[in-house]
Amino acid sequence: MAKYDYVPSPFMANSIVKWVDHRLPIFTLIDEQLVKYPAPRNLNYLWNFGSLAGIMLVVMILSGIFLAMNYNPSTAGAFDSVERIMRDVNYGWLIRYIHMNGASMFFIVVYIHILRGLYYGSYKYPREILWWLGIVIFLLMMATAFMGYVLPWGQMSFWGATVITNLFSAFPIVGEHIVLWLWGGFSVDNPTLNRFFALHYLMPFVIAGVVLLHLWALHVHGSNNPLGIDAKGPQDKIPFHPYYTVKDAFGLAVFFIIFAYFVFFSPYTLGHPDNWIEANPLVTPPHIVPEWYFLPFYAVLRAVPDKLGGVLLMFGSIAILFLLPWLDTSRVRSARFRPAYRVFFWLFVICCLALGWAGAMPAEGVPLLVGQVATVWYFLHFLVFLPLLGWFERPLPLPASIAEPVLGGGKAGMVAATKPMEKA
Amino acid sequence: MRTAKLLIASVLAFGLGLGAASAAEAPKPPAQKWAHTGFFGTFDRAELQRGFQVYKEVCAACHAMHQIRYRNLAGIGLSEAEIAAIAKEYEVTDGPNDEGEMFQRPARASDRFKSPFPNQQAARAANGGAYPPDLSLIAKNRVGGENYVYALLTGYKETPPAGVTLMDGMYYNDWFAGHQIGMAPPLSDDRVTYADGTKATLAQQARDVSVFLAWAASPHLEARNSLGVKVMIFLIILAGLLYATKRKVWRDIKH
Repeated sequence: MAKYDYVPSPFMANSIVKWVDHRLPIFTLIDEQLVKYPAPRNLNYLWNFGSLAGIMLVVMILSGIFLAMNYNPSTAGAFDSVERIMRDVNYGWLIRYIHMNGASMFFIVVYIHILRGLYYGSYKYPREILWWLGIVIFLLMMATAFMGYVLPWGQMSFWGATVITNLFSAFPIVGEHIVLWLWGGFSVDNPTLNRFFALHYLMPFVIAGVVLLHLWALHVHGSNNPLGIDAKGPQDKIPFHPYYTVKDAFGLAVFFIIFAYFVFFSPYTLGHPDNWIEANPLVTPPHIVPEWYFLPFYAVLRAVPDKLGGVLLMFGSIAILFLLPWLDTSRVRSARFRPAYRVFFWLFVICCLALGWAGAMPAEGVPLLVGQVATVWYFLHFLVFLPLLGWFERPLPLPASIAEPVLGGGKAGMVAATKPMEKA
Repeated sequence: MRTAKLLIASVLAFGLGLGAASAAEAPKPPAQKWAHTGFFGTFDRAELQRGFQVYKEVCAACHAMHQIRYRNLAGIGLSEAEIAAIAKEYEVTDGPNDEGEMFQRPARASDRFKSPFPNQQAARAANGGAYPPDLSLIAKNRVGGENYVYALLTGYKETPPAGVTLMDGMYYNDWFAGHQIGMAPPLSDDRVTYADGTKATLAQQARDVSVFLAWAASPHLEARNSLGVKVMIFLIILAGLLYATKRKVWRDIKH
């Protein structure tokens, strides 16, 4: 994988390191892929969100394991066991609030990560498979979060699970069978809760596996950058350590301040009050809403009066992302040099926010109309605007190299810029 | 950087805005001033104990608090002896014993609060079909939390506004979803007599029991606040140090 001129770090000369590395080259891997790994010199703070997402995955797995040790996956005991965690387990409230709010933080981080990819064209050649793997991770995250939300067995857990699993009944012929198979019975009940718990515990490890593939694909061609142009030589890159390790560490501390604010001072804000009521199959909540991070998709689902149509649109809204590298016909990656795309990017962001708002409201009147208009815009963005923009847009001139805008052209600049690569 | 800030701000605003938006089901109760809100909030022990008295003498006739055990009352400042004395007032079913019989015994500190009804059906049957909800988590599972509890308890109107006809056995309340509530006004002036001499006005009792229920829903609130402040201070200092380190490391890199 290492295509750059790799010079081993000093620690590689240690005799124990050498002994191990000769048999299992784990230190070479660390040195090549984490320490000396060349990264574009111009990455901004939006490039922090990949490592933040990875750290959130670890936070969720660790807090989740401790919750699972005290959780009882049965309809009779789930709600009370969660309350026992909150009240009687030492620091149980802390672990639970980290896990609950961690899910929201994970999605915020991943949404910013995805939007960064959209803005800077990170999905384009040669990173299409890297992009696909990201979408797969996103889908797995959605499934994991959905099943996790069912486990506390509150009112929204139960009714959310009922609504979402029922979606599959929209498919002709096989639909009803799929739903029975998902439930393991004739309604959302104890077998459903059991399997959701088992799968909720399994999925994060599947995610971790796909994350490794995502990183592998990333490290073949390296990170994209705010200019969206390829690195031309060593002057364009700096070693990952210490430059990006320290930058990521600073970003992580800032992110944890926001995370800690929610955990300690506002732990219920991002959740729905109804989920603190134990599930009751006989009482339907006034209106059933998913967690905030699913609201845009919920709005797409409800945009058409036809159930099957809504389900297809909802799945389509994510499936279309797989085609994005070919729907975007522009050869220029970064929106910085695409004046027209930049406008459409922000319109797309507004469109997603409008979908989220519409998803939180009852599906009638103005919210329904907003949801429908935004749904149409969402698909137009990918199917019409992006292909046409590539043809009609006149991109701004690209800089000759990543180093040029900061160091100026010419040989002197090149020499000065090679220094960092030799340092460290 | 400008884009980064915009992006983060809009995504956060999105998340937070929706939290508020999902609260659209019932009128939002006005926020009261509580001692336990804010970064340094703590519960007033005297208020908690008065609130427990209101629950015990009034609410507990119909409303269970399944998640609370007598020993938890240490959190409102009661001593072990006081807790044991309170528990002993209740008879709970235990068993089976060696003869296979269930038997009655006085409650212990480790027992859950005794529920007024053996099951939900019995609770409904005794209350004209309306189920008096469990109060353990009422300050978390209603929009507005303890503000809602206070608003509801003080929000009864003897005569409904013009044009509203109440159904049989219902009462008008400004803050209940749909305004028709099956619970008769539970509190009135001097419904309880406070041992500490506080004047038991309707508003005072409503306030005290709201605080008690807020504590019952979040008994670790004080631990949460005090640890939270420490964690925040730590993280802010850490972020500052890391920022300085980042500046130093990046000093020679033009970017």
